[in-house]
Amino acid sequence: MNLHEYQAKQLFAEYGLPVSKGFAVDNAEDAAAAADKLGGEKWVVKAQVHAGGRGKAGGVKLVSSKDEIKAFAERWLGKNLVTYQTDSNGQPVSRILVETCTDIAKELYLGAVVDRSSRRIVFMASTEGGVEIEKVAEDSPEKILRAIIDPLCGAQPYQARELAFQLGLNDVQVKQFTHLFLGLAKLFADLDLALLEINPLVITSEGNLHCLDGKINIDGNALYRQPKLRAMHDPSQDDERESRAAKWELNYVALDGNIGCMVNGAGLAMGTMDIVQLHGGHPANFLDVGGGATKERVTEAFKIILSDTNVRAVLINIFGGIVRCDMIAEGIIGAVSEVGVAVPVVVRLEGNNAELGRRVLSDSGLNIIAATSLTDAAEKVVAAAGGVK
Amino acid sequence: MSILLTKETRVICQGFTGSQGTFHSEQAIHYGTRMVGGVTPGKGGQTHLGLPVFNTVKDAVRNTAAEASVIYVPAPFCKDSILEAAFAGIKLIVCITEGIPTLDMLDVKVKCDELGVRLIGPNCPGVITPGQAKIGIMPGNIHKPGKVGIVSRSGTLTYEAVKQTTDFGFGQSSCVGIGGDPIPGSNFIDILGLFEKDDQTEAIVMIGEIGGTAEEEAAAYIKQNVSKPVVSYIAGVTAPAGKRMGHAGAIISGGKGTAAEKFASLEDAGVTTVKSLADIGKAISMVTGW
Repeated sequence: MNLHEYQAKQLFAEYGLPVSKGFAVDNAEDAAAAADKLGGEKWVVKAQVHAGGRGKAGGVKLVSSKDEIKAFAERWLGKNLVTYQTDSNGQPVSRILVETCTDIAKELYLGAVVDRSSRRIVFMASTEGGVEIEKVAEDSPEKILRAIIDPLCGAQPYQARELAFQLGLNDVQVKQFTHLFLGLAKLFADLDLALLEINPLVITSEGNLHCLDGKINIDGNALYRQPKLRAMHDPSQDDERESRAAKWELNYVALDGNIGCMVNGAGLAMGTMDIVQLHGGHPANFLDVGGGATKERVTEAFKIILSDTNVRAVLINIFGGIVRCDMIAEGIIGAVSEVGVAVPVVVRLEGNNAELGRRVLSDSGLNIIAATSLTDAAEKVVAAAGGVK
Repeated sequence: MSILLTKETRVICQGFTGSQGTFHSEQAIHYGTRMVGGVTPGKGGQTHLGLPVFNTVKDAVRNTAAEASVIYVPAPFCKDSILEAAFAGIKLIVCITEGIPTLDMLDVKVKCDELGVRLIGPNCPGVITPGQAKIGIMPGNIHKPGKVGIVSRSGTLTYEAVKQTTDFGFGQSSCVGIGGDPIPGSNFIDILGLFEKDDQTEAIVMIGEIGGTAEEEAAAYIKQNVSKPVVSYIAGVTAPAGKRMGHAGAIISGGKGTAAEKFASLEDAGVTTVKSLADIGKAISMVTGW
């Protein structure tokens, strides 16, 4: 689960870390009032969306009057911001953050992730702040410094000093960096983060370290024990169909093809998309109905798949391990009749009671094309969707 | 010989009296697994499925000499359950549960390594040695004792590979689902090493998917250490970047973890790769001459 910048900064502030004073507001009047409360003559206004690249897309602006703030708020609130990280529709802006302005002497990078290979939380720091860190990693990997956190000891001050001296910080800044590093490590562990990024971490013209941006991603599996973070979830940033699917414990990801896929198991769902493409088709979605593919869930899965108007045919691929294929077949029949599926449906059933399941389908009188194998299923669904393009 | 599990292995179940624990323990017993008891705190002294229930894993180990444990407890309690088993002297822990917080796994993995415990999973179908025993949720009937070792990050993809190797008549030595989480207890390399040493295993199927670099690391390992033929399939060629594809670990992030990179590393290591998951059996036949 992602947080907005203003939420990340709120958490940083709670951990005693240096962030700008600011207010997240949802209308132009409050935006102007925020400037009054903050004082000063210059402010930064930032559209709050779950995506990077906001600056280049016009979603971040330095302003010096309340009229400008109002204009910015009216320009973005209720609209979608399209950045290189979003799709072509962009992400809806329902809040903007009005902040005090910070004079920047230098931009650094500081981030942390759970590194899968070393099975450790790893901090990364770089003198190349304010740019995409993936690019730095590719072009000049030697410019990314790392500190590996031992799971049982936790982050230690010496690790912060090692990074700070390599970043070329002065004595005061080394102390500030140590405080920041230890605070972030604690925040990461306390709040079950998966990713944390401050890009840029700036040195102000007064020579102090300051978190100018904040990105936080929380481990979805840990949300049950993070009620405060759960309450920060902004559903407006999620794909509507994906959220609807999640309510039914279905995993759905939209793609841009025309062959809807309904599969049990995440791996097999990916494998099914791949085999559709291999045979010249284009998958419209990833959808894992999970182990207990009941009639209700299959029905809901159909509704979600068919809500994508690009879909020309649906492929159902079920490997019945513990679940019985004849029960799944009944679920499919029930769903097809209830939803009124107008596009061709190709079904491949394998495993437990597959033979019986296939018979149930063929006896149903519905327009369901039975496939005898995975390859057969892929070929048939590609043909049903209008053939190879 | 097979790996990890034989019909002699003494197995207990944590979360024994719950619905999952009950259903899958029944299936395991039916398959021939030497289940010797189970653990449900507060139900010690009872009998369930004809086997003794214990309050703690320590009690279970003391009374049954259990060597392996399968865990079906809900995700919030898995760290506790895995550590309880590890500190009670269990040497093979198979955790089926999906949804364990990643930070829990970082701690668990350190302790399991320290104690010399082999942890399989979490978020996996388990381990089966066909014709002998199974620990987990895989359907026993699609398996056949034989000579192909299968290791996979995905449950249903493992079943596909199992079915094809059964249909071709090769059978399986053992099948290990290492699970779809970002921090698995065992990785491909751990299991590949066991298959390489196992006499019964003559060929290996490795099924990977997008996300992380476990397949690339496995490729480097295979190049140096594996003499047996390896056939590999990677799921997720069509997966978009930045989207989690069902499994917690199946995500392309920062341009890393794509199927294309994984295929390339494996091919470079001399592994036979298939682009269609329907071709696994055929590829084994081709590469082994069977």
